[in-house]
Amino acid sequence: MTAQTPARDRRNSAPKYATGKFATYVFLSAFLGYFILPLIWLVISSTKTNAGLFSSFGFWLAKDFNFFQNLHDLFARDNGAFGIWMRNTAVYAISASLLSSFISAMAGYAFSQYRFAGRRLLFGIVLGSVFVPGTVFAVPLYLLLAKTGLSGSLLAIILPAAANPFGVYLMRIYAEQSIPQDLIDAARVDGAGEFRIFATIAMRLMAPGYVTVLLFAFVGAWNNYFLPLLVLSKSDLYPVTVGLAYWNSLASQPGYAQVLYILVITGSVIGTLPVMVIFLFLQRFWQNGLALGSIKG
Amino acid sequence: MSLTNTTTPGSPDKYLKKPKLWYGWKHFEKNATPYLFLTPFLIGFVLFLVYPLIYALNLSMYRNRLIGGITFVGLDNYVKAFQDQNFWEGVRNVLVFGAMQIPVMLGLALVFALILDGKLIRRQTIFRLGFFLPFAVPSVVAALMWGYFYGQSFGPLAQIATALHLQPPQFLTPTGILPSIANISTWQYTGYNMLILFAALKGIPEELYEAAKVDGANDLQIALRIRIPIIMPALALTAIFSIIGTLQLFNEPNILGAVAPTVMNSHFTPNIYVYNLAFSNRQFDYSAAIAFTLALVTAVASSLVLFSAFRKEENA
Repeated sequence: MTAQTPARDRRNSAPKYATGKFATYVFLSAFLGYFILPLIWLVISSTKTNAGLFSSFGFWLAKDFNFFQNLHDLFARDNGAFGIWMRNTAVYAISASLLSSFISAMAGYAFSQYRFAGRRLLFGIVLGSVFVPGTVFAVPLYLLLAKTGLSGSLLAIILPAAANPFGVYLMRIYAEQSIPQDLIDAARVDGAGEFRIFATIAMRLMAPGYVTVLLFAFVGAWNNYFLPLLVLSKSDLYPVTVGLAYWNSLASQPGYAQVLYILVITGSVIGTLPVMVIFLFLQRFWQNGLALGSIKG
Repeated sequence: MSLTNTTTPGSPDKYLKKPKLWYGWKHFEKNATPYLFLTPFLIGFVLFLVYPLIYALNLSMYRNRLIGGITFVGLDNYVKAFQDQNFWEGVRNVLVFGAMQIPVMLGLALVFALILDGKLIRRQTIFRLGFFLPFAVPSVVAALMWGYFYGQSFGPLAQIATALHLQPPQFLTPTGILPSIANISTWQYTGYNMLILFAALKGIPEELYEAAKVDGANDLQIALRIRIPIIMPALALTAIFSIIGTLQLFNEPNILGAVAPTVMNSHFTPNIYVYNLAFSNRQFDYSAAIAFTLALVTAVASSLVLFSAFRKEENA
């Protein structure tokens, strides 16, 4: 097995190589089980009755298939609270991610395309803020939002998404890598205004990076728990995460309705599904986007 | 550039350097454009990051007492924070957690990334997506799910143990709780870190390996000597974000606390302490001081990692 032989020949000729390959597959498959099996358990559990949850083996279906009844109960509980939480989450995740990604794209584009006074200092501050733990902002943000009365509306969690320093950092890298200076200069010579160049040319070129920032902002908002928990004052403003945690804390109290367990499980499945579907469908986009962002390290 | 410039070409004026002044709309547009592009972000940045930060810093220098009202106390809250056993107990918990969890997670992520970037394995998309899938699960759902999974009443692990006539394993005990949470975080974030490292590996030009192979280097040598050192910046970045995340641990212990209230207390992690100080005790000023002290601990921990990562790189 000399180093010069092409990979294809080595693959068939060396038994040692085949053993290594087999061991690698076993290793990866074992971990695939570790990552996937808990989710499969969750989905299987959502098809059981609350009693079936306790009486049947976790990785096997119980006698009666109760998923649709659970679904009905889930949306009926507490006067349709779950439906309201899902709607809140959707409104929050969509508006927060659109707001944050578009604002980040503009700022990242500005940092990459223009030389202006204060550019380095400003970018340094933005980059530094990425490393400040969110806890430091959370409590004062709550106090400020409560003062302005915003904590009575979803805006309290949507508006802070406008400040996404990591998104700005990523968009700057994407802009630098994907926008040829010649093209921008040519557009300028043709008389296009700066905003038109951004909106029609730059945004199209930055699309993979933009979709990546948009997607991760969406997932971040959809899965967010800490900020909504702190900031929102009414339970009919909760996103799914805070709502499910609330139900879980009720279900765990001794003597309280244990029926909630099956609803929390079913709700977990429903609340997770949209993000998974989006990730799978937009695969090509965000995988390219991540690759682009990492070249610079 | 200068629409309003009326001097004829060839005149001596042409050779004078023009002072940067206003030359009409075109010039204004050119100079102001970057700031206009930045304005929406800067408004958000100031309103939701800078201002709260200053507000909290100010807040942390006051003390609000039932008797005596609000008084300026300078750094007293910080002195108190540095001597606060509860706070350091929480810091110790998250540091122990991080020391267990981060090396395992990043080690696995690195091994997966190296394997999947190589040519050994086909159908790597299945593994890549499968490993990444837990990242799409909200951390609340992950904590709820693993909490049930660990549970004695209908958790499959206890069911299997009972079927085998074994003592069901106890997870949510005073000693078991940190490893149990570490497992949840590893489950959730390994795939994400793997993708970051995988993307960094993809950026290495193929020729680098070819040259090393011609020189007779094996796959392990290439991984240790070429691929890992090159992606060191990406690795350091994932380590720093993991540390920041670890020191802010909140969701998982907060959720598991509902299932296992006896092993969790009001200061189990610094963030839980901040939360309880602010929202149960209404001690906003002191909670702000604790939050800043935590930020300081985070900065120290992150720079230690950065320092050691790049020291290692220089020695390699």
